[in-house]
Amino acid sequence: MKTLADLKAIREKAQQEMKLRNSNVRVKVIVGMGTSGIAMGARDVMKAFLDEVATRSLTDVVVTQTGEKGFSSMEPVVDVIEEGKPGVTYGNMTADKARKVVVEHLVNGNPVKEFIISTEK
Amino acid sequence: MPTKRIDLLICCGSGCVSAGALRIKERMIEVLHQNNISDEINIIETGCMGPCDFGPVMMVYPEGIFYKKVVPEDVEEIVNEHFIKGRPVKRLMQQEDDKALATKEEIPFYQKQVKVALENCGYLNPEKIEEYIALGGYEALGNALNGTPEEAIEVVKRSGLRGRGGAGFPTGMKWQFVRNAKGDQKYVVCNADEGDPGAFMDRSLLEGDPHRVLEGMMLAAYAVGASEGYFYIRAEYPLAIKRIKLAIEQAKEFGLMGNNILGTDFCFDAQVRTGAGAFVCGEETALIASIMGRRGQPLPKPPYPANEGLWSKPTLVNNVETLGNLATIFLKGTDWFASMGTETSKGTKVFALTGDIQNTGLVEVPMGITIKDLIFEVGGGIVGDHKFKAVQLGGPSGGCLTNDHLDVKVDYETLKEKGAMMGSGGVIVMNDTNCMVNIAKFFLDFSVDESCGKCAPCRIGLRQMYEILERITKGKGKPGDIDELITLGNSIKQLSLCGLGQSAPNPVLSTIKYFREEYEAHINEQACPAKVCLDLMHFNINKDKCIGCSLCARRCPVSCISGSRQDKYTITQVDCVKCGNCLEVCPVKAITKESGMHDDMKKKLQDLAQEALEY
Repeated sequence: MKTLADLKAIREKAQQEMKLRNSNVRVKVIVGMGTSGIAMGARDVMKAFLDEVATRSLTDVVVTQTGEKGFSSMEPVVDVIEEGKPGVTYGNMTADKARKVVVEHLVNGNPVKEFIISTEK
Repeated sequence: MPTKRIDLLICCGSGCVSAGALRIKERMIEVLHQNNISDEINIIETGCMGPCDFGPVMMVYPEGIFYKKVVPEDVEEIVNEHFIKGRPVKRLMQQEDDKALATKEEIPFYQKQVKVALENCGYLNPEKIEEYIALGGYEALGNALNGTPEEAIEVVKRSGLRGRGGAGFPTGMKWQFVRNAKGDQKYVVCNADEGDPGAFMDRSLLEGDPHRVLEGMMLAAYAVGASEGYFYIRAEYPLAIKRIKLAIEQAKEFGLMGNNILGTDFCFDAQVRTGAGAFVCGEETALIASIMGRRGQPLPKPPYPANEGLWSKPTLVNNVETLGNLATIFLKGTDWFASMGTETSKGTKVFALTGDIQNTGLVEVPMGITIKDLIFEVGGGIVGDHKFKAVQLGGPSGGCLTNDHLDVKVDYETLKEKGAMMGSGGVIVMNDTNCMVNIAKFFLDFSVDESCGKCAPCRIGLRQMYEILERITKGKGKPGDIDELITLGNSIKQLSLCGLGQSAPNPVLSTIKYFREEYEAHINEQACPAKVCLDLMHFNINKDKCIGCSLCARRCPVSCISGSRQDKYTITQVDCVKCGNCLEVCPVKAITKESGMHDDMKKKLQDLAQEALEY
């Protein structure tokens, strides 16, 4: 390391690796992992999100989970909460749909309307 | 690129490790593996999170959930419920009024705290330099290197930072002395010879955020013009030694240490020296002697280390916590730092809370906080139904404060005025079951052991004081003993060569000042009011309550309890060894501790004395 700019470069890279501990992330993907969610394949959905986010190097996205959300008939349910925008809830998710959400919504910024079951007011 | 979704921070400070944190980590790895989710979760060992009494503790991010008192059997539930189903385990959270407090921010223990030196402690992985850099590490150094050393000294002077090792000498002024001293080679030494009983601030900081201390040392080195540094750490802190050595290695690897740091002319190298755990080596001249491989004994001052220190070269000696404050001061500015604290004491102070207090642990609070807030708000008050009696600040060099001092503000001057001292930050809280004469004896015993023996007031005087205390606690105190203790104490304070002797009488003098009646009871009435000194208390069986079950008699190791179901039981006082077994086993609580030597015992002692005379 020779300059402050080098230090800054290292810092930015290291911050990505600590992003889970940082509350200032751009997008939070919250997968509902209650019993019914898991029964309907929420784990595969979450894995698809994790995998897709990693391969696309989306460093400002955090994937996490929560308990039962109450939409048992539409499990697996996933919330996407984007900074400064109303939260979106996707239902009846699958691994393939998850990958599509990553591309369309998280990368291009266009929520995938056909999967949405509710939008935050 | 991370595919992780959870950062699990397990506190691996020494407190939590001894409470079993490593077993939990092993179990966690096992359970995660069984559930096939090892690759989704990051397990990070951090330094001390603070609330050692709750240990082992852990935090789960991104939610920031705080779990306490986790045992290996809980791990499966945490993984199944929280990590897989996203339902945090309420049972393991801190509870208050039937409500589970999920995150750190909700817990009262943390609310009055302001973390400067401990900012990252318990939050980052101390063995990864990248995490320190991610949190702004080494930026302060980079910025300072773009300015002049004088500017760096000016920053520290304006911040009002004072030495956190105990004496409270203004850090900026100390730097200026070393800067001004003439010498072709200068050194910086980090004093990590933390030896007070009940103090673990420096250890926690070195273990939890070693790079912060290292960066602080480099800032100091640049300011005073030193090119070499030494960490003097006691050998009893193996983890701190390991972590700081690793930090030095990593800094070298990243080019943050060595020649021409960040493209400037500044060159710096640091080494670790381990001490063999002699208390006196915390005194700077003794510490310097020890680094040079000599016997750890202090030298008269002047010359001060700033002019003639390590190998007779100008040397700056700063405490761990002092160095730990620097990076944040340089980044956030002097005004921010000086806005905390009192007129003469700025910033924050780390304290190690121990003794009869609810929340034992490591805390950092703004200077100027009252003793009451420190003990009852942050510390959570006294354990059990007991009352607060006294608090010993500054370990064996400090003094005690009482109920009357709860509104006293914690700053260097005020504490000194009241007969205590800031010290390095050990806070030992005592409830009403403590005998203050005995406490004073305990601390003095420590100082007698740790006296290096170089100067007579400390070597002989402290021993004399100890013998007087010993006889007072044995019921052989004489009228005039208290005055003798005061005279001796004051002389030792004035005549001793170094800080050890100059402060060692403090616990005795301050307990005499605030608890003189306890000393008097010991001497005049041969009674220990707190029923601690065994010779000055006795056990008694209340015959009205006794049911004659004979349990006490059967448990007595010296068979000094006799009686029958009809006559009830009695203790033969002269044979009693005060083991307390009878008190523990009595099913109807008929046995009590009584203050004062029993009359039978007094008579026996008189008879013995008479016999000796006649012989």
